[in-house]
Amino acid sequence: MIVTKQKPLEEILNFLKDHEAIFLIGCRLCAAMYDTGGLPQVKEMGEKLKAQGKTVTGFSAIAALCHGKNVEKELSERAREVDAAQSILVLACGEGVQVVSEISAKPVYPALDTLFLGGITENRFEEHCSLCGECILNLTGGICPVTRCAKGILNGPCGGVNEGKCEVGNGRECAWVLIHDRLKSQGKLDNIKDIFDPKDFSKALHPHYLSGEGDK
Amino acid sequence: MKFRDILNSEEFVITAEVGPPKGTDVHEMLHAADLLKGRVSAVNVTDNQSSVMRLSSLAACHLLKERGLDPIFQLTCRDRNRLALQSDLLGAAALGIENVLALAGDHPVVGDHPSSKAVFDLDSVQLLKVIHLLNSGKDMSGNELVGPTNFCPGATVTPGAIPLEPQLLKFEKKVKAGAIFFQTQAVYDLEKFREFMDYARQFRVKILAGILLLKSAGMARYLNKKVPGIFVPKNLIDELEKASDSSQKGIEIAARQIQELQEICDGAHIMAIGAEEKVPKILDAAEL
Ligand code: SF4
Ligand code: SF4
Repeated sequence: MIVTKQKPLEEILNFLKDHEAIFLIGCRLCAAMYDTGGLPQVKEMGEKLKAQGKTVTGFSAIAALCHGKNVEKELSERAREVDAAQSILVLACGEGVQVVSEISAKPVYPALDTLFLGGITENRFEEHCSLCGECILNLTGGICPVTRCAKGILNGPCGGVNEGKCEVGNGRECAWVLIHDRLKSQGKLDNIKDIFDPKDFSKALHPHYLSGEGDK
Repeated sequence: MKFRDILNSEEFVITAEVGPPKGTDVHEMLHAADLLKGRVSAVNVTDNQSSVMRLSSLAACHLLKERGLDPIFQLTCRDRNRLALQSDLLGAAALGIENVLALAGDHPVVGDHPSSKAVFDLDSVQLLKVIHLLNSGKDMSGNELVGPTNFCPGATVTPGAIPLEPQLLKFEKKVKAGAIFFQTQAVYDLEKFREFMDYARQFRVKILAGILLLKSAGMARYLNKKVPGIFVPKNLIDELEKASDSSQKGIEIAARQIQELQEICDGAHIMAIGAEEKVPKILDAAEL
């Protein structure tokens, strides 16, 4: 899932300062999961904007905002509310904001900061994959060094590892100690005895695209 | 004799380090270099050490070289992608710099520009392989170089790392990638270090033990608490505490350790962090 965080209200009010009438749209998938942009949060944001003297022309949350056809359908069904608005505030990831922005000619603003692709572990969200385009989890015991090592080192650990913790000091474990221990327990340390070649970053050239049927 | 030739001899090698200034005034750095000249085989030049922005290690190496010292160019992967790393290496070779220490580098968040983008396009093991490639006259894409490099590549190892096993696996990769010499993280517990050397002796590489000059008991405690892989034993802390002049005591301890290390490994790398004037005193006391 895409992990997001709501922007401070002041920041949102600042970019909405020239717009009185706003349409709000959220996402019922990732952003709902993280309580940042589901229907309850969209409503709540609407109330906050009204309290600041704005007019909310309408609000909605669909699954999923990264799906162009769904967004097109929703915006056309809500055409009256959308047309009445000067701008659209999107409570979803950067992908969702841009899909809305492609479909509507109105100014579109993000209400969230998009942080990472992550999963929930013991009540906190953690990043485990950074979409590098060439997965090596088969060799590293299912633990990603590209993402979970703060330096993305492929031949680790670095000299900064501190009793199993990463030198960056955010409390995260050193990925290379985890990988080592996992492979050792599986009797597969040979997996990492050879030197890993430098990563081919052309495999992760931005912006990515993959042709296919967009509506699958 | 050049550093690389001394490495090939049976002689106990002494290296020290200088940090380039934050700014363009190199007087102090050159003064430190003058104090070290003739007393050490080579001088490491740190590369934005601890992710604190300073004058470039390459430029500083050149200045030391002009001054008659044999510099060891510390090169981190933190600030340069593979184009910049190779290009700086070619530049260093053209300036007559012969020794490189390949490092990952600290993460930028621990330094004085925490918002900068961390590069880490390569890691230290891969960088060692690149140095080997350039020495053979090719770049990373297989293109022929007009004039190869001729570097003596080195790397670092933390003999006191916790846990140790992953560190040793990495050490072996660095050996495989062509490191000829290793400069270790500071060692104080020489019995522990002896165990590391018993293991390391199976590889044909030269090991220079890191000697970080202790200035006070407080500093020793700080190192124990804050710096991964460093452990100052209690007897040394007590010694510093009881001494009337702890800075002099630090010099004595360093000298004593260097003497003991002559039986254990191939050399010592003295890190005086800003107190380079003490390095000759340590060497005098160690009768070197
Ligand atoms: S190697 Fe890591 S970043 Fe790359 S695809 Fe696999 S999990 Fe994702
Ligand atoms: S401590 Fe481990 S996870 Fe952190 S940067 Fe070093 S190798 Fe990577």
